[in-house]
Amino acid sequence: MTSERNTDIEIRLLIEAIYLKYSYDFRDYSGASIKRRILHALRQFDCRTVTALQERVLHDPGMFMQLLQYLTIPVSEMFRDPGHFLALREEVVPLLRTWPSLKIWIAGCSTGEEVYSMAILLREEGLLERTIIYATDINPSSLEKAKQGIYSMQSLREYEENYRKAGGRRDFSEYYTAAYGNAIMDSSLRDNVTFADHSLATDSVFSETQLVSCRNVLIYFNKDLQDRALGLFHESLCHRGFLFLGSKESVDFSAYSDRFEPLVRPERIYRKT
Amino acid sequence: MNGVRAVVIGASAGGVAALFEVLGALPQGFAQPVLCVLHLPDDRHSQLAEVLQRRVNRPVREARDKERIEAGQIYVAAPGYHLSVERDLSLSLSQEAPVHFSRPAIDFLFASAADAYCEGLLGVLLTGANEDGAEGLAYIKKCGGRTVVQDPRDAQVALMPEAALALHCPDHILSLSGIGQLLATLEPSAC
Repeated sequence: MTSERNTDIEIRLLIEAIYLKYSYDFRDYSGASIKRRILHALRQFDCRTVTALQERVLHDPGMFMQLLQYLTIPVSEMFRDPGHFLALREEVVPLLRTWPSLKIWIAGCSTGEEVYSMAILLREEGLLERTIIYATDINPSSLEKAKQGIYSMQSLREYEENYRKAGGRRDFSEYYTAAYGNAIMDSSLRDNVTFADHSLATDSVFSETQLVSCRNVLIYFNKDLQDRALGLFHESLCHRGFLFLGSKESVDFSAYSDRFEPLVRPERIYRKT
Repeated sequence: MNGVRAVVIGASAGGVAALFEVLGALPQGFAQPVLCVLHLPDDRHSQLAEVLQRRVNRPVREARDKERIEAGQIYVAAPGYHLSVERDLSLSLSQEAPVHFSRPAIDFLFASAADAYCEGLLGVLLTGANEDGAEGLAYIKKCGGRTVVQDPRDAQVALMPEAALALHCPDHILSLSGIGQLLATLEPSAC
């Protein structure tokens, strides 16, 4: 029992140390998941205690960047929840067309799968050329992978079915070039994409947008931080702008429940009231 | 049995029928929340909550991110997401990599619930063809909670209970009907 209690104290100290030293703020992340990720990192780095890990992280920025790969969750796929992308195409795109130019914020874009999904959808709807996409994340390694747009052929083959179910109109293989088991995404898809370091925990709004997509990010935050993030989205969105969340995320339990209305509720698409 | 504030149940192969029997045996007015992880195909449109609710005639719903745990409510984990209990006794979902090929993972629910409820937790591990849940159940015991393993001879698939018994000595090894009877003896306790 004592050792479990010690671990909890050490984890709080580590998170505080990371914030003080590197300004990455995990203090309001959901505790159960962050604890698992720290204990997982502990085993990978062969540290006996969280305190030992803290010492290494505090004195070695390279070590912190390695730990960051464990603290963030780079689990993503293209056209994840295809029915949701289909709803975006059918219900939101017709309304997006009414704006002469568009700005879209993909918050917590991780390794870029959500970015390419959105860009492909917009291209097929003839909107990509008049859209600027801001793709943001706190993890520089993930952002770098997103910029490169290189994925394994195996995963792209899995995304092909998602793409089709999401209402894709072409052959998915037209969007990438395969070589040696990997594939590189068509670079013109990211001509209008700006990748940037941005934290929903510590940074503020940087642009007015018509659509914010933030999928499977809020579940890692506690209620306070969820409210902060939703506040940023609300501030960024123009009058009657759209919010696209992950399949198990909603604004229902948040401080912003009455400031967004569901457009298509099962597909987690909301509209600013 | 006194002092139990919440019950967590894990099951895999053969688990639907086992959950029908265990949850169906809960008396009306059963006060503790019950949190269940059942391994299911990752089709994301599980009807488990509806099916269970009809069958056991008690309130059952799919666990939602950041909702507060309510007394007397049965929660089931959504397919494709891990389910955890937070210290403030709310629920959280996450998409870390699968554990023992499983997401939701029984180990994650059990360990996080043990951190939140400490000695007030009762963990129950049922039939399954997988080792998920064994470590989580041992951790519940380590945190002062109580543990129950379905008797492998009674389980449709014995591997999961056997894996748990290989890791720690539970408070009870019981058949499904025995587990139902044990739960029925729990004293109501403020959660």
